[in-house]
Formats: sequence, C-alpha cells, structure tokens
Amino acid sequence: MSKPAERWIGASVPRLEDLPLVTGRGRFAGDVDFPHQLHMRIVRSSLAHGRLISVDTAAARAMDGVVAVWTAADIADLPPIEFREGPIEKLAPYRQLVLAAERVRYVGDPVAAVFAEDPYIAEDAAECVVVEIEELEPVLDAAATPVEYRPGLDTESTICRQGYGDVDAIFADAATVVEIDVSIGRHSGVPLETRGAIGRYDAARDVLELHGAAKVPHRNRESLARMLGRSTAGVHLYEGHVGGGFGIRGEIYPEDVLVLVAAMRLGRPVKWLEDRREHMIAANQSRQQRHRIRAAVDGEGRVLAIDDDFFHDQGAYLRTHGSRVVDTTCGILPGPYRLPHYRVNGHVRMTNKTPCATYRSPGRFESNFARERLMDAVAERLGLSRVEVRRRNLIAPREMPFERPLVALGDDVVYDSGRYEALLDKALAHIGWDALERDVVSRRAAGEYFGLGLAIYVEKSGLGPTDGARVNIHTSGEIEVITGGASVGQGFETVIAQVCAEVLGSDYRQVRVIHGRTDRIEYGIGAHATRATVMTANAAAVAANKVRAKALDMAAQLLQADAADLDIADGRVVRKGEGEGASIGLGELAHHLRPTSPTRGDRDPGLTAEGWFNTSHMTYPYGVQIAVAAIDKDTGAVRIEKLLIAYDIGRAINPMLVEGQLVGGFAQGLGGSLLEEFRYDERGQPLSVTFADYLLPTAHDVPNVDVMLTEDAPSGVNPLGIKGAGEGGIAAAGAVIASAIDDALGSAGTITRLPITPQYLKATIDAARAAVRV
Amino acid sequence: MKPARFSYHLPATVDEAVALLAKLAPDDGRIIAGGQSLVPTMAFRMAQPPHLIDINGIAELNRIDVEGDIVRIGAGVRHAAFEAAGAVPGVTGVWLGQVVRHIAHYPIRTRGTFCGSVANADPASEWCCVVAALDGRVVAESASGTRRIAAADYFEGVMATSRRDDELVTAVELPLLPDGTRCGFAEFSRRPGDFAIAMAMTAYRLVDDLIVEARIAIGGAEPFPRRIAEAEAALNGQPPTAAVFAEVAAIAAAAVDPMEDSNNTADYRRSLVRAMTLRALEAAA
Repeated sequence: MSKPAERWIGASVPRLEDLPLVTGRGRFAGDVDFPHQLHMRIVRSSLAHGRLISVDTAAARAMDGVVAVWTAADIADLPPIEFREGPIEKLAPYRQLVLAAERVRYVGDPVAAVFAEDPYIAEDAAECVVVEIEELEPVLDAAATPVEYRPGLDTESTICRQGYGDVDAIFADAATVVEIDVSIGRHSGVPLETRGAIGRYDAARDVLELHGAAKVPHRNRESLARMLGRSTAGVHLYEGHVGGGFGIRGEIYPEDVLVLVAAMRLGRPVKWLEDRREHMIAANQSRQQRHRIRAAVDGEGRVLAIDDDFFHDQGAYLRTHGSRVVDTTCGILPGPYRLPHYRVNGHVRMTNKTPCATYRSPGRFESNFARERLMDAVAERLGLSRVEVRRRNLIAPREMPFERPLVALGDDVVYDSGRYEALLDKALAHIGWDALERDVVSRRAAGEYFGLGLAIYVEKSGLGPTDGARVNIHTSGEIEVITGGASVGQGFETVIAQVCAEVLGSDYRQVRVIHGRTDRIEYGIGAHATRATVMTANAAAVAANKVRAKALDMAAQLLQADAADLDIADGRVVRKGEGEGASIGLGELAHHLRPTSPTRGDRDPGLTAEGWFNTSHMTYPYGVQIAVAAIDKDTGAVRIEKLLIAYDIGRAINPMLVEGQLVGGFAQGLGGSLLEEFRYDERGQPLSVTFADYLLPTAHDVPNVDVMLTEDAPSGVNPLGIKGAGEGGIAAAGAVIASAIDDALGSAGTITRLPITPQYLKATIDAARAAVRV
Repeated sequence: MKPARFSYHLPATVDEAVALLAKLAPDDGRIIAGGQSLVPTMAFRMAQPPHLIDINGIAELNRIDVEGDIVRIGAGVRHAAFEAAGAVPGVTGVWLGQVVRHIAHYPIRTRGTFCGSVANADPASEWCCVVAALDGRVVAESASGTRRIAAADYFEGVMATSRRDDELVTAVELPLLPDGTRCGFAEFSRRPGDFAIAMAMTAYRLVDDLIVEARIAIGGAEPFPRRIAEAEAALNGQPPTAAVFAEVAAIAAAAVDPMEDSNNTADYRRSLVRAMTLRALEAAA
C-alpha cells in the first residue's frame, strides 16, 4: 500500500482534504457558531459619491431584538484599515475607514452596522436606518484628468514608475514603432463561499478571536492587533475551510474589524455573513486597466524598447495591498522577452467604484494581455508570423538567471531558470500548430470565422522572505506538521504531507497538516502570490530532515548500528539494503524520546523539529498557451475548440493538483475574457450585483483544457527545485483568447478590450461585411 | 438576503386558495408555487409580500390532462415534467420536450412550474413564448369566477398581464398541433440556461410540399412574446427552402421592436431574432 519513500514527490496521489468536503462535513465560516452570538448587518451607501449628511439610527435602535447600531461616530477611535506591508505615508489618506464618515465613495461603502439577536432582525433594522447623502459627481473613468479626492489631494494617488535603458533614444531611432491602446474589464474572484467573520472575545483568557480567517491569518493578526491597540499575544485568528480564495478572500475588510470591536464592546460573539449582493459591491474587485503601450522594433522584429503608460482603476480606496497590483504590473510586464529598454508609468487612479486589490494573477493577467496584444501587433506590422516574432525576442537559457532592474512584490526581478523557446516548440508540436494553420485557411475559405491564438508568459511564485514549519511525530506514528501556511482549497495539506512523507519515509496519509492557526505557530505568511507550496514545502522539508536525523540517531542507539547505515521505509527505521531484520517504527522512536523516557539520554525530548526556509528571490515558472477559436457569425458567440496550457513547473510535487490549478485558473480567466464584468452606470450604480448579471463560466462554457506539464527548468532558488502553479492557468488566458478571436476575425488588432462580448463581435463582423459590400 | 417578515398560508383546495387571495391580494398577498422567481426577489427584498399563499398543497393542480385536441397543464406541474416522453402527446409533446431543456438548469426545472412562468410573464420565458405560439389560454380563477384568457389578450408588457391580482392561474390550456406539424425552436443566451436574449418558435405543415398553418412566435426580444403575422404570411404557401427561410427570418427581424438594455442594443437583438428564426425554421424542416 505504501510507496517507496522517494516516490511521494511527483506522485498524483488523491487529496487528503477531500473527505469532509465531499461528505458535507466541512467547516466554513457559516458553520461557525457560538452561544449567545449576535448577528451583524451593514448599512451601505446607495450612492457612488456624496457628502454624508446624517445617519439616523433611532428607529432601528428602537426595534425589538436590536442590541446596537453603530455609525462612524461610535468607532471614531479606530484608525483606517492599514496596509499590510506597513505604513506608506503618501498613500495613507486614501485608506478606507471602517465606517464612512463625511464622505461616501462607492455604492456599498459601509455607513452603519446593526447588531441584533438574529440575522432577520438585523436586516429589518438595517432597512430602518435613514442615511442622508448629498450626491456628488462620481469619478468613473480612471484615464480622465484627475480631480480632487480630498482637499489637497487628487484622484491620482500615486504613479508607479519603473524601467531601465534609454527609451526615448531608442524610440527616436526605431525602424518601426507599434502602438496600441488596450483595456481590461473590471472583474474579480467570486468565490462560491462569500466572506464571513465571527468575532469572539474570551474574557477568561483575555483573547480576541477572529474566525473565518483565510489566506494570511498571521499577517492579519499583526495588523488587527495594531489597529485595535492589543498585543498580538491576545489576538488569534482561525482559518476553517475556505470556499474559494482567489486573492480577494482573507484580506482585512471593514466587517472583520467591526465583528472584533463589537465582540469586545458588546460582550457577546458577533457573526457576520456576507450575502451575494454585498459580495458583488463590497469585496475587492480587480483588473480594470487601460494601457497605452508602444514598442520600438528593429528591422528584424526584435523589440528594442517598450514604453507603457497605463491607468489603473483603483476604485474608492486603497485597501490592504496599497498599490501592489500596479507595482506588479510594472515589474512583470516584459515577460519572457529580452527587451533591452523599458519604461512604464502606472497611474493609480481613484474612482467611485468598489475598491480594487489582488485577484489571482494580479498584474500578470493584465500585463500579459497588454504585452501579448502588442506582440501580435508587431507581428502584423512586420509581416512576420506571431510565432516568429516571439521566437526572436525570447530570453535564451544561457542568459539565466536573468536579472531585470525591476521590482515585483517588493522583490528584485531575477528569472531563476527557464527554457522558453524549448517550451514554445513543444507546445507547437503538441497541438499541431502547422496543421491548425492549414485548418484556418480551409475553414475560412468555407466562410467560417476561425483562428488561432498564442501567448507566452512568465509567472512568478514562491514569494519570501521566509516560511517555517514544525514537524512532530506522535507516539502513534502519526506525523503532525504545523505550518504558518494557509489553505484556500488548493491541496496544500496534500502537498505538504507528500513532501514530509518523502523525507520521513512514511505514508503521506500518516501526515496531518495544520495551517491557518495563529495559536499553533508564531509566524506565517499564508497562502498568496503562489507561495504556499514553494515556501511551506521547503520549510517542511527542512524540519522533516531534522526529525529524520533525530529518528536515525535514536534508532542507531536502539538497533546498535551506525546512523549512516540506517534508512526509513514505511514509517520504520531499517538497516539499508536489508529487506528483513530488526526495525523500529517512528512512533516507537517518539516513545523513546518522550520526556520521561530513560532511553532518550541527553537528547531534547520529542521527535520534533522546527525548520525554516529563507529565500531572497521569487521563482519564475513560465508557460505557453494556445487557443483555437471559432466565432458564430450570426450571433457573435465564441467557441474555444481547443486550449493548450504548456507550463514548466520546475518540479511537480503532485502533477494532478498542478493540472487542477492550471485548468481551474484558466476557467476563471475565460470568465474575465468573455463573460465577467463589474459594470457601472453613468451615476456609478453597479449593474452586476447578481449571478444573472455577473456571468461566471459554467461547465457548459469551459472547454476541455489540455495541459502539458514540463520539468525542464527546476528552480535554482529552492532545494526542492519547485515552482508554483496557482496562477499559471489564468495568467495568460485573456491574452490567448484575445489573440485567437482576433485571428478568427481576420483583421488583426480588432480586439483591444476584455471581456469580448458576442454583441461586440457581431457588430464587428457585420461592419466588416458591410465595408466589403461597399 | 433574508426576506422580510411574511405570513404563510397553505390552502388544500383551489376554493380555499382563491378565497385567501380575495382577502389578501389587496394587501399584496402573493401566490407561491415553485418560487424560482419570487423567492430570489424576496431575498433581495425587492418583493416584500406580507402574505404568501402556497398552492403546493393543492393536489388537483398537479396534473396534465388531455381533452380532445386540448392539453390542460395544472398550476402544480413542474418544468421537468415535460422532459418525460409522452407527458404531452404527439408532436406538441416532442416540441415541448425540446423547449424545456432551455429553461434554466435541471434543479430549477424540478421546482419551477409551467403556470408560474406564465403568471410571472418574463419576456424571456420559453413557456410564455409557447403560449403565444400556440394561442393558448390562461385559466384564471377567482372568488368571482373563472376566466379563460386568450394569449393575445393576456400578455401586456414586461411581467405585466391582464390577470387580476385576485386571480389564481390554475391552468394553461394549449391546443395540440395536428400530426405532421413540423416544429422548431432556437434561442440565444450568453450561457446555456440564462435568460434568452431572443428566441424563436416555428411550426408549420406541408400540403403538396407547400407550407400551411405557419406559426412564428418571437420571445425575449420584445416586452412579451407574440406571433409575427408578417413572417407567417410570408411563409405560408411557400416551399421549405433555404431561400424562403432566410427571407422569412429577415421579415421577422424587421417586424419586431426590440427592447434595449444595458446589456443588449436593439440592433443586436434584432439580428438575433433573424438568426434564431432561421435556425428554428431549419430545425423544423
């Protein structure tokens, strides 16, 4: 039943976390209840921009079952929600208050909080809170001239500038300059489980607890402790099951702060569950950018310089990420191309829409779309094939590690390893690109709108700087790994168990992985930025290796052998090369190492160790996506007939889970490319507040995704050689779908914006046909 | 997403239901059957009826009856009932079996009702389009009696009908099409199961290879579904050829006055009417 010890890494073993999930015994935020809890309901601004004249709570407070109704005045001592990475003085005035005071800046901006005995009463009472707002002109276009945000500050909160080389000189002398103006629509991660937060103050222990945490519990503990003026020792966060994270879940929002403050001040646990409409106006949105981007190209199709000026529609406030999405966009935009000269200005523009932050592949979905649209435009201008123009610009393996004088997520950009052209060739061969090009010719001749798309991209993963894990083997032989990581459903427990099992010569099903608990381990950076597997698995490997050494040392004494002659297989220490003979189980060794054990000698008690993995740089996986698309000329509907994701993961711990991440990510990317958009009317009223208006892709809409996983370029910056997969499927989805649809239209450069709607395609096709007739 | 407070009534007979409705309708009392439209609007608190009269306990409404060339669909009959072969006899049953697959998704179809859709009168309702295409009659009962309202007199606007608030739709009666009738249906929505942006239903018979008894109804595009007389006239007497279908589709598209909203322009809807009419005619051939 057990596999040989060295075989757990790389094996597509089933997920350990599935049993409770598929048998309805998971514990999501909605499943967390405490005796005597109150229920919170938020009263939100119904206008996009206005002066808050008054909030009358008298009628609501008078209702039976209502315990309290708070406005900004009741929590005036609370600071705005802070940036996770620490204070940024210039951006501080753009932070969001827990409850709006004086101004409301988006539809959904919290202005009051109702606390009541049950959620029905809370919602009834919320309807009775009378909010008087003097409407002001909303700002809805991030590319328009900035206006006043608050006295002395305008709606351009900052400009992120990055670059290198002499861009102006290159453009002045360039053989060809290609310029495009492209936009990405506003969309976001929309998890099936909406947000939820349960605050509880345990006076017996003087501990404030937040349940329903996700993603970054340890980091949020620090922020919340600072905001609430408490010691981190008296604040604990608990992550349960998470019904989808995608970057938006697990950040600190006003509601998280409110349930904690209310739990303390009202002396009862406080539960808040977001409803879907709230989610669509209150949870972080993302993506909306407009890039005016140009390339200077030589006669051979080499891109010498890129100059990009882009506008990021940040929405009403800067939330926990500050300007990170824009920074990342700037740092990652050059992608897999050599690009000797580069300049980018990312304008962080405040508007009167829901605030934006990170959504799976932040900055890359956007920049890959802009850059790959540009590469297609370069190919068209020079009369080169789209494959060839990319090939001429790819960074070569001999140039690795490839340093760019850029920063992404606070990290200097150094591509650790990559064989980009080799992956391109494999992908083209795998999907049969040449034959598909012949199909394009024949199907177009038959009157079809049919085309191919291509995108090449570099992902980033494994954000440091560090991660720790503690491995503890119980006397039963069960292995517990306590991590500062977090699980948003990606298979975290399984991969960490696989790595520990491999190191410890045990079965991965013997490994229990703890995450998202600030009361079990002091530090943790959680699950974001495709970091969890890279960082936590390496840390777990360090800790497991220490435990292994201790186990072998203890066993050597008991078996009267040299530790170097021992190995661990099936959870038992054996002599190397001996199938039979004396052996001793890991549980027995833990027993010998218990504090009162006479055999432990002067060893520290416990078969346990802590390990840390430190890294100075991220690791950069990369991919090629190819799409085959057909457009129904009568309706404008798009069908993706084939979709290939070729992706170099360095080394896969569990290829099945990697594939799942890539396919799931692509499905979301398809949504942002063809279906999903948070739209607003001319007064800033949100138009996409239900699942009838915000169209998520369903099983009908997602094509079969062919995944080609390669391990040609193991990471050079971590001992396991692994790279991340969490965002590799979505990162280039917009780029490749746009490329394919553009090709299907037969008029390069037509697709300049996402999402691409059937109505737009139908109008485009009709206009082109009318032009031909004329 | 928690509905406002309401009182719940569970009548066992139609008489009890209409008596309750007579009393409660002036106070915005509402009938609930499958609840697939009403419950979400209550969750959003866009609807806050103080009384719900649940007709799921009225066994006599859960029936599909055939009398002569009329099928009578009771108010308790779920969408999914039409997925079973033979639920409604003849070509009409086969047709309804095709149409029903386009209504939302299976879990919704197991709960939502035919008559509930007709009472709700969403412009994009497939069943409303069926009622229009077949010249069905809506049976509306109240304490003061029973009315049979012809489709042409029933639909009045977006979710607006000639049914009075104190009337319960107890059934819809559809004429069964003669054997040999060729039926087609096509609709377009952004995703399968979504409200259609436009739909077309077509039916005709051939006599001596020429089309007779043409029916062409368009749904989703205008505030309510209706037969398009100009297109039917153009189809009658013609052979079922691609050229004829294309011309008729163009006539249907020209005849409609499409709604415009933040998602869809009138032009786009019109072009979809043309495409769907053509496809429905092709499917029927």
